Amino acid sequence: MGYTEKELAEDLKEQEYKFGFTSEFESDRAPNGLSEDIIRFISAKKEEPQWLLDKRLEAYRVWREMKEPEWAHVHYEKPSFEDICYYSAPKQTKKYESWDDVDPEMKETMKKLGISLEEQQRLTGTAVDFVMDSVSVATSFKKKLNELGIIFCSFSEAVQEHPELVKKYMGTVVPHTDNFYAALNSAVFTDGSFCYIPKGVRCPMELSTYFRINEGGTGQFERTLVVADKESYVSYLEGCTAPMRDENQLHAAVVELIALDDAEIKYSTVQNWYPGDKDGKGGVFNFVTKRGICERNAKISWTQVETGSAVTWKYPSCILKGDNSVGEFYSVAVTNNYQQADTGTKMIHLGKNTNSTIISKGISAGQSQNSYRGLVQINAKAENARNFSQCDSLLMTDRSGAHTFPYIECKNNSSKIEHEATTSKIGEDQIFYCKQRGIDEEKAIGLIVNGYCKEVLNKLPMEFAVEAQKLLEISLENSVG
Amino acid sequence: MLSIKNLHASVEEGAEILKGLNLEVHPGEVHAIMGPNGAGKSTLASVLAGKDGYEVTEGSVDFDGKDLMELETEDRAKEGLFLAFQYPVEIPGVSNINFLKTALNEIREYKGEEALSAKEFMSKVREASKVVELDPKLASRSVNTGFSGGEKKRNEIFQMAMLNPKLAILDETDSGLDIDALRIVSDGVNKLRSKDNAVIIITHYQRLLDYIQPDFVHVLADGKIVKTGPKELALELEDKGYDWIAEEKETV
Repeated sequence: MGYTEKELAEDLKEQEYKFGFTSEFESDRAPNGLSEDIIRFISAKKEEPQWLLDKRLEAYRVWREMKEPEWAHVHYEKPSFEDICYYSAPKQTKKYESWDDVDPEMKETMKKLGISLEEQQRLTGTAVDFVMDSVSVATSFKKKLNELGIIFCSFSEAVQEHPELVKKYMGTVVPHTDNFYAALNSAVFTDGSFCYIPKGVRCPMELSTYFRINEGGTGQFERTLVVADKESYVSYLEGCTAPMRDENQLHAAVVELIALDDAEIKYSTVQNWYPGDKDGKGGVFNFVTKRGICERNAKISWTQVETGSAVTWKYPSCILKGDNSVGEFYSVAVTNNYQQADTGTKMIHLGKNTNSTIISKGISAGQSQNSYRGLVQINAKAENARNFSQCDSLLMTDRSGAHTFPYIECKNNSSKIEHEATTSKIGEDQIFYCKQRGIDEEKAIGLIVNGYCKEVLNKLPMEFAVEAQKLLEISLENSVG
Repeated sequence: MLSIKNLHASVEEGAEILKGLNLEVHPGEVHAIMGPNGAGKSTLASVLAGKDGYEVTEGSVDFDGKDLMELETEDRAKEGLFLAFQYPVEIPGVSNINFLKTALNEIREYKGEEALSAKEFMSKVREASKVVELDPKLASRSVNTGFSGGEKKRNEIFQMAMLNPKLAILDETDSGLDIDALRIVSDGVNKLRSKDNAVIIITHYQRLLDYIQPDFVHVLADGKIVKTGPKELALELEDKGYDWIAEEKETV
């Protein structure tokens, strides 16, 4: 490695000095707005090969002709794309001068989540030496993966080190023409994660971005590509339960999963971006395109717990191309205060005997709006395809909204499609029952909501599930009314 | 242990239901409260337990030296007040075990006791399920979810055995039980009786009192206790109904 952790730490320290003097074009920050020049600048900064620059420019040209989608059940003031800075490096700057400056409310939340002090300081960027602490963990982790031939690195690194893989698979599941935000991402993405599991290898540990956060942090336009070669298996964890304050309002990520014959990918997400304040001011717009493709006998399983962001627009989907392939979507989406979420999945059945399962649990509190939007599409050649969908909505208040938009398109009459949906309000009688047994209201809501989401939480890796449970409780504090 | 003096309560912004109720309960005692429909029996249980939707307008309730009405619902439970619900509530996805463990540890924490270890807790579960002959499988199922009427009532007494309250109020625990289930539930309550705790049984029927012998029978009518007597009073009520008490009162 040319660039050591120590050097990174030094850079981070130096960054403080530079703060406020970095707005020149030649420095590490591009001027606001988007043009072909800016894209060339980004690509040059990252020393990318010509083919990738061409891809970016192509995406940019397509994007310019596109309109922002308006069909989702969300209302917000559209971001001004001219006011965004599309390149600023490195991202991992100190957000606070010292630990004492960190918002006490945020500290309290992290404490409740059971995050260690060291981890808290790392997350708020108040500890610089965190980099040193995590080196040993990350190193032994990498060594083990290397032995198995597993590639797990930042997207930029993959472009340099494994261009043939990136070139072969990038954009094959989510083409740049797919939608407005995917096109934007394809033009301006700055970094992300890349993962390749060789044929027949079962990845022995959960791959988590946690282990490589020091290599770049999460970006505004993140790009993730996971390729599971034949007969391989990987479980990938994205995100983190800790509250993430971010001055970037717009997040437009793209995630592509490729499961070749007999491979399996489990992709779990916990999303807790800043949701805005109690009056609905601020908060992240999370417009994500996530999609996977399954070849023969392959399986892709999406599990997500979404509690953050002011506006969420997200449909992790599966293209069941190969015969006997399986797609799963397990989701919990919580909205509180003025949050809005329009989320769900698409299951596209192309192959024979393909099977998909959708379990969606929406929880609306405060004055929030929570929508499930899903498509089950059985194509003409998908003999004996099966789908089971269950969409439940739980209302915590009478000012919040729950909506379900299920679309079913079936072109093969040998298929079986089941759809179940329920909407319920959290029972005052349930809360009273808990209280009468000595459990206070906050814990009671936690119990009831976690019970309601159990089917989904059970799909998360153990450690993640425990954190997600706590996160649900915290997200819904004082939310009944 | 429990001292209710001149208790008046109404439904929020509505009619007065309890109109000056007095009741004294001492450790070791079992009190039966009987009375016609609409007399205020279930309201009394709800007000004591702290259910929302009721307003206490007058009177006082002392529970072991504490002003019960000043306590939060959950703190009343932690002080040792237990209500066996007439209609036990279903909580899907939350196992009985997890529910009770949370409850028990909350109560222990309140009392300054350490949380139970998994092993201690499970042995308590085994003991308590024997009390009401509860199928241990029910203990790991979701709280009351898909339970039969009888199983729900048994589960209430199972919870009572787990939480070991000072005062248990059984709100029409006999309703909807067949003879066998009634016997099992009553046996359970009898096993849990001790010189240190007390039970208030709210019921329509004398039937339950054949199994759980009360020390006192009270007649609740129109928001007040209008007559108190020994267990034989229940038989008399079964025989003659409630009207004669009202008449007796008028002649007095």
